[in-house]
Amino acid sequence: MDNNKILLKVENLRFRWPSSQRDVIDISNLAIQQGERVFIKGESGSGKTTLLSLLGGINLPDTGRIELLGTDISQLKQSRRDQFRADHIGFIFQLFNLIPYLSVIENITLACEFSSSRKARALLQSNSLEKEAYRLLSHLQLHDRSILNKPVSDLSVGQQQRVAVARALIGSPEIIIADEPTSALDTDTREHFLQLLLRECERSGSSVLFVSHDSSLEGAFDRSISLSDVNKAGIAVNEYSQEAIS
Amino acid sequence: MNMSLLLKLTLKSILNRKFTSYLTLFSICISVFLLLGVDTVRKEAKHSFTNTISGTDLLVGARSGSVQLLLYSVFRIGNATNNIGWDSYQKISSHKSVAWSIPISLGDSHKGFRVMGTTQAYFEHYRFADDQALVFEDGQAFSAVYDTVIGAEVAKQLGYQLGDELTLAHGVYDTDFARHDDKPFVLTGILERTGTPVDRTIHVSLQGIEALHIDWKTGTRSRNPVSAQQALDLNLQPKQITAFMLGLHSKMEIFRVQRAINNYKKEPMLAVLPGLALGELWQLIGVAEKALLVIAVFVLLNSFVGLLTVILTSLNERRREMAILRSLGCRPNQIFVLLASESLLFAVVGCVLGVCLFLIAIVSSQSLMQGYGLHISLSNLGFDQLVLIASVIGVSFLIGSIPGYRAYKQSLADGMSIKL
Repeated sequence: MDNNKILLKVENLRFRWPSSQRDVIDISNLAIQQGERVFIKGESGSGKTTLLSLLGGINLPDTGRIELLGTDISQLKQSRRDQFRADHIGFIFQLFNLIPYLSVIENITLACEFSSSRKARALLQSNSLEKEAYRLLSHLQLHDRSILNKPVSDLSVGQQQRVAVARALIGSPEIIIADEPTSALDTDTREHFLQLLLRECERSGSSVLFVSHDSSLEGAFDRSISLSDVNKAGIAVNEYSQEAIS
Repeated sequence: MNMSLLLKLTLKSILNRKFTSYLTLFSICISVFLLLGVDTVRKEAKHSFTNTISGTDLLVGARSGSVQLLLYSVFRIGNATNNIGWDSYQKISSHKSVAWSIPISLGDSHKGFRVMGTTQAYFEHYRFADDQALVFEDGQAFSAVYDTVIGAEVAKQLGYQLGDELTLAHGVYDTDFARHDDKPFVLTGILERTGTPVDRTIHVSLQGIEALHIDWKTGTRSRNPVSAQQALDLNLQPKQITAFMLGLHSKMEIFRVQRAINNYKKEPMLAVLPGLALGELWQLIGVAEKALLVIAVFVLLNSFVGLLTVILTSLNERRREMAILRSLGCRPNQIFVLLASESLLFAVVGCVLGVCLFLIAIVSSQSLMQGYGLHISLSNLGFDQLVLIASVIGVSFLIGSIPGYRAYKQSLADGMSIKL
């Protein structure tokens, strides 16, 4: 990557769920540069989703810093943290990304409803949010206009995941965090989906943090990190594994 | 991030669950309708009850209880324990404070309707509701001894027309051997509907009552019958009456005259203020009306519990949705609003529908209600009903905060990991 600005920096991060006896996350160091595409490999139960919750500011770490775009999000007030997430992060989940009672278009533009800065950026691209949503969908090879106003339950899983990508990308947030977005897809569409995702992220200049247990995908990324290596609290306890590559 | 988005999301989410939403709405609508209906009918019932008699300053009868006096003299329920002598009546009605008096003589009946002997003064001075006088729908007041005037309900139920002949019965029960069939009465007038016991009364003159009983001794016909024609030639001045109503020149005199009557040495009598006696009576029967209201409130509470159940049940299915919204930057307190506004929305729409239903019911049942003497008009709706509806909406907000708070806690605890 041509610029070396740090996008995300994690230091001495520890977290345990209130009901739990032990930490799920214990990461002393992790850094991601702007524009970088990072694959984080982790088995289920290795604290993947928890890590993403922390990075997104949905949960607060017990100790440590999470610096995103130069802001320590764990120091922000909750409402500021939520706003920060809305402005700078696009999330894609494993399955059921879409709100069932909204149409495809409404699902995509919903991201802009929570963030005026993303709305403004989306309107720089197209002259209406609907047009921008459609532009993104056609980039993701969903050209069929008839799906725009369909209930989302009528869409195939592959289509749903692409709609979710469009929602994550609208308004070009700085970072896309994807939590196993391909695991519900079959092998052929998986490869295709990944290509589309990475291409569009590059086009909008968003960094990608892609979490998966499927190491066959890691070739498409700039860098791969094994969560069990960096997370000392992981299931596979690897006491003195190498520190995160920075 | 604005409220309109949250409202839009709430609305779409509700519409997505059409069937349960409609059922919930229906149950709230019906409860609100019931609550308004019961409240209005009970108020109107009380109103028309207290309006049964008006303009009469004192009600006088033989000494007994004030409620009992009211029951037999105004509502035609039960019987007097004793009568009043005609001379006592004469003495009191000629008192200088007395403007008018209406004597009442009860005891006979006709096909279940009570017969009341009185004078022309009754048609002139009797008032009900807000000082309304009796009006003839057909015919006129009695003038001859065997003339009779009937109330609207009697006319409707028995289908009588002017000129018809009526045979009165001795006592409250119409039996073959206790009929005054030798002295039939002729219908000369039918009164307009009043919504009071007047509608169910058959009015005859005091002389008529006297003529009927001239050949009766201790409840049976004497061995020497007197024909209707012969009776006319006899002295038909009554010796006793059951009760009488008094109108005074000045309201200031009421208590003085009342005390004078209650202390009347020659005969034990009781004078009561109709308004006070009505209030006393309403306290007795008003319990039923309160019970009705309590039931309506419970029906409403029940539909709130239903509402709560529907929202709480949906909450689990919607955990996923909450996580998505959180990931998009939705704040936990907005999640709270999203869920809390749902029940508020149900309540507001339910109330609007309930009020509409209520108004339709009022308009369409107007004539039916008048049959019961209830005059419910749209102008009767006012502040009280607004308070009722406002409290329904207020309670629904309190109830909505329960799922709201749960969703708030859940969305904090779940983070992005979504338990399905």
